[in-house]
Amino acid sequence: MIYFLCMVLFAIGLYGVLRKRNLIKIIIGLIIIEYATHLLFILVGYRKGGRSPILAPDQEILKIVDPLPQALILTAIVIGLAVTALIVAIAMRVYDRYGTFDITKIRRLKG
Amino acid sequence: MLELYILLSFMIIGAVIALEIKDMISSVIAVGAVGLGVSIAFLILKAPDLAITQLVVEILILIILIRLTLKRDLPFSTSGRWLLNTVVTFIFIAVFLGVAYFAIKDLPEFGSPILRVAGTYIAEGLKKTGAANLVASVILDFRAYDTLGEATVLFTAVIGVITIMRKIGRKKIDEVVNEEDE
Repeated sequence: MIYFLCMVLFAIGLYGVLRKRNLIKIIIGLIIIEYATHLLFILVGYRKGGRSPILAPDQEILKIVDPLPQALILTAIVIGLAVTALIVAIAMRVYDRYGTFDITKIRRLKG
Repeated sequence: MLELYILLSFMIIGAVIALEIKDMISSVIAVGAVGLGVSIAFLILKAPDLAITQLVVEILILIILIRLTLKRDLPFSTSGRWLLNTVVTFIFIAVFLGVAYFAIKDLPEFGSPILRVAGTYIAEGLKKTGAANLVASVILDFRAYDTLGEATVLFTAVIGVITIMRKIGRKKIDEVVNEEDE
């Protein structure tokens, strides 16, 4: 059920990407999709009653949440930031060239 | 797990507001609310490293997006094939959610992961790498090539941003107009 709520968040982002005409809204939709994906991975790795994956010296720890998705998503978050910065840079250049963020008015690609 | 449901509902509402509101600054702030909700969800799900990273990244994304909204232009037109586009989009999303509903049944039950690979990391992580933080031992030792690839992607993106944003080598506006005249 909680996975499905995560998928609903993904679908909202998908709606923004597919339906909106403003480039800023499309970028926001992409960011929301990214968040939903990260959250889904961490939800899959969660263990009921588990502890965070940090060991303590004089303490026997029995249940630890899965550290593997956390490590992978840690890199994915940083890559997401870089990709968002790249998209925003491209959007700003598009605005400089065409004077609008409306994707229906951006018809021709020229160098 | 009630708090997770509340948090996810908050994030869904925030996402809808971010996409539907007309004022761009409000929209960006709503995205910030969603991102900070993700950060709190990571804390609840026992991933403190991710919560810290998400917090920093969220604030940076907010700054970048606010820089973008300084160029104000608010297209809101419902001309063209508005009805057809909306209907097609909603059909696609309904199909997506239907497939997702059947796909998530194959995932392990919430709260009991499989731990086939991670069991080894948990059992031998401290002995093999000497790192008390298992996440750090995975990204910097067991899967260090992954992190190297990530750094490559990161620097490629930074080079791309610099190349796109620089002023040198860009044509002047009047030159472009001359080209169009020809």
